[in-house]
Amino acid sequence: MSAPVRADSASASEVPGHFDAGKALKEALLAALVAFGLFSLIIGLKTNQAQTNEIVLQARPGLLASFIAAIFFGSLIRSYVVWNRAHAAQNRVATKSRVDMQKVERVALPIFVAFLVVFPWLVIKIAGWGAVPKWVDNFGILILIYIMLGWGLNIVVGLAGLLDLGYVAFYAIGSYTYALLAMHFGWSFWLALPVAGVMAAMWGVLLGFPVLRLRGDYLAIVTLAFGEIIYLVALNWRDFTGGGAGISAPRINFFGIPFNAEPDGFSARFGLEHSPAYRTIFLFYVILVLSLITAWVTLRLKRLPVGRAWEALREDEIACRAIGMNTTNTKLTAFAIGAMFGGFAGAFFGARQAFITPESFIFIESALILAIVVLGGMGSLIGVVLASIVLIGGSEILRELEFLKPIIGDDPTKYRMLLVGAGMVLMMLWKPRGLIATRSPSIFLKERKVIGSENVKEGHG
Amino acid sequence: MTPVHSPLLTVEHLTMRFGGLVAINDLSFTAARGEITALIGPNGAGKTTVFNCLTGFYKPTEGRITMRHGNDHGQARLEALTNSDKRMEDVGDGRLFLLERMPDFEITAIAKVARTFQNIRLFSGLTVLENLLVAQHNALMTASNWTVGGLIGLKSYRVAEAEAIEKAKHWLERTRLIDRADDPAGDLPYGDQRRLEIARAMCTDPLLMCLDEPAAGLNPRESAELNALLLSIREKDGTSVLLIEHDMSVVMGISDHIVVLDYGTKISDGTPDHVKNDPKVIAAYLGAEEEELETVLATTVESTNIKAPKAKTAGTKATKSKSTGAKSTKAKSKGAKS
Repeated sequence: MSAPVRADSASASEVPGHFDAGKALKEALLAALVAFGLFSLIIGLKTNQAQTNEIVLQARPGLLASFIAAIFFGSLIRSYVVWNRAHAAQNRVATKSRVDMQKVERVALPIFVAFLVVFPWLVIKIAGWGAVPKWVDNFGILILIYIMLGWGLNIVVGLAGLLDLGYVAFYAIGSYTYALLAMHFGWSFWLALPVAGVMAAMWGVLLGFPVLRLRGDYLAIVTLAFGEIIYLVALNWRDFTGGGAGISAPRINFFGIPFNAEPDGFSARFGLEHSPAYRTIFLFYVILVLSLITAWVTLRLKRLPVGRAWEALREDEIACRAIGMNTTNTKLTAFAIGAMFGGFAGAFFGARQAFITPESFIFIESALILAIVVLGGMGSLIGVVLASIVLIGGSEILRELEFLKPIIGDDPTKYRMLLVGAGMVLMMLWKPRGLIATRSPSIFLKERKVIGSENVKEGHG
Repeated sequence: MTPVHSPLLTVEHLTMRFGGLVAINDLSFTAARGEITALIGPNGAGKTTVFNCLTGFYKPTEGRITMRHGNDHGQARLEALTNSDKRMEDVGDGRLFLLERMPDFEITAIAKVARTFQNIRLFSGLTVLENLLVAQHNALMTASNWTVGGLIGLKSYRVAEAEAIEKAKHWLERTRLIDRADDPAGDLPYGDQRRLEIARAMCTDPLLMCLDEPAAGLNPRESAELNALLLSIREKDGTSVLLIEHDMSVVMGISDHIVVLDYGTKISDGTPDHVKNDPKVIAAYLGAEEEELETVLATTVESTNIKAPKAKTAGTKATKSKSTGAKSTKAKSKGAKS
């Protein structure tokens, strides 16, 4: 935050007091002209093969116009933002005021949690029962799963500074642990849940041991390989995991009462009309509770010696050894606890999907979780929440682009991942150290001062 | 060295080779309990390598490094420990440690040898207070029952944490950093960072503190403050000090005992007065020729700061031609400053 401020204030004297609309308009027109030159042939014309094997040119003036319009207005907005920033820097008082996320957390977190608690009810009230699968399942549950995974990985990457590209492996281990225990031994979700966590933690330690000497890029590559190994084992060990065909896991039940239309089912017992929405709503609350436990434990650990040790490890490993810290154990605890939360989330995923295939645990999932942590920024819990909402919620929202069809003349959902990628690039340009780029100290004598990203290190692996 | 002081750290025949390069060659010296021992020598003499061997960051090629808690229990016990495959042994009221067998973190945690770094290594994104609490990691981990007790908020942990904060406050006051306690360590000015590193090392309750150029980059006033701090550490806290330093006002002002290294070999060992007058030391520092030594002696002995005469330091000795090149540039730059 502070670096650009300094840069801007240096040139602040040249900033005009009023926004120069004429200049901005000129720039925007120029940009639009360049765009027209570039896109007129690429976008404006399309070649189609006619039935007679001739190539027919199809003009797409609407699409071309929309591209040029986007660039024109984009340029205008850019000019305004640049001016506004410089202007703000000029008028800024010398004191750097940073928002203390701890204070924000204290106010925003209860409100956010309260909102989540009433979220399913709100969905039903506003959009009716029919909207439950879409809004509670696709949005609520999915985002909460990624929030939980993000918080778990945040311990490894955000706090301890160890770059882990294979985090989805622990998610897979949790899922398969639940599915296999339920299938072979008839264990219930609640019984299998802690076992899935312990199992994932154990594998976290097993992965941790050989890679302890590695740092940075090398660590990332080994964790990447570990993720692939778990995926390939799940895919190829057919007798055990069911291979690519997957295995089915029992659906979650309400503490022993199944969510079905039978007379001993959930709706019948509570005298309700049968609806699959009850299961979805129950799942939503389960993942909500699991996520909140993750957040509570993480917040607690951050203020304990082990949490401070993780952050110290991220700052300087050699100094950690010089003050007598066993860095091996410290790294292993980070790996184990991070993996444990991944395992919990995995078991939940198994109970929600009721059917697990290795395809749910491919590398792109690891990348997505890592992107959430990096985008969220530096071990910040709120950052992970915001990044999950933006990334997961955003990419789900982009499925709803049908209204753009007349403009693009194509299926807009095809551009979904492209837009997600572009959004990530823009976000990293705007906030290179993540959405929440400050660190709140774990303890203070007189006053809790927020630490800016210029001091906090990313870790070297 | 007076025999009254019992040896705390003994280095015997320490050799460190990096491939074909001999960084330390058969070095032996003793740091006595309750004393400030200085390790000096020209740049590249191997001083920091000695520190890295002492604190376990390097495994020495040869040699024995003994740390003694409690009284000296004689050579026989030490030989017995050396011949066993153990790295430490309880003897009488104390303990014997063979540092070359111990991993780095245990040397600080158990053998109680703390260190600072030439290029400051603070946890820059943590606050000053947090830096000092991390330094008490082992004690706090035990108090928090390896996190379990802390997680459920046991009273014993809260008491231990309050004590740790008190200790941190004590050291913040001693190093005059108490007003900066809640600032990130990376925001402190250079001199404050140096003091914070010393405070952090002291929070590990060391018996021996190894300081790698604590006065580098300090102005004369800050150097004088550093002297006072180190003397108070020696007097009040019973911590002995081993320091590498180029600032002769610090070295000559507070050291009880000085060891001089050149090319990894010890060339002098004794009290400040002895070392100051040792022709070998002067020659090593200035790269002077034999016949020039008389003039060199005359110019340097008077002041405590060893200063280089400007013109006479150009590489002359055929045998040392490679090194004098480097040395003469250093001497020139010093000369230019003075």
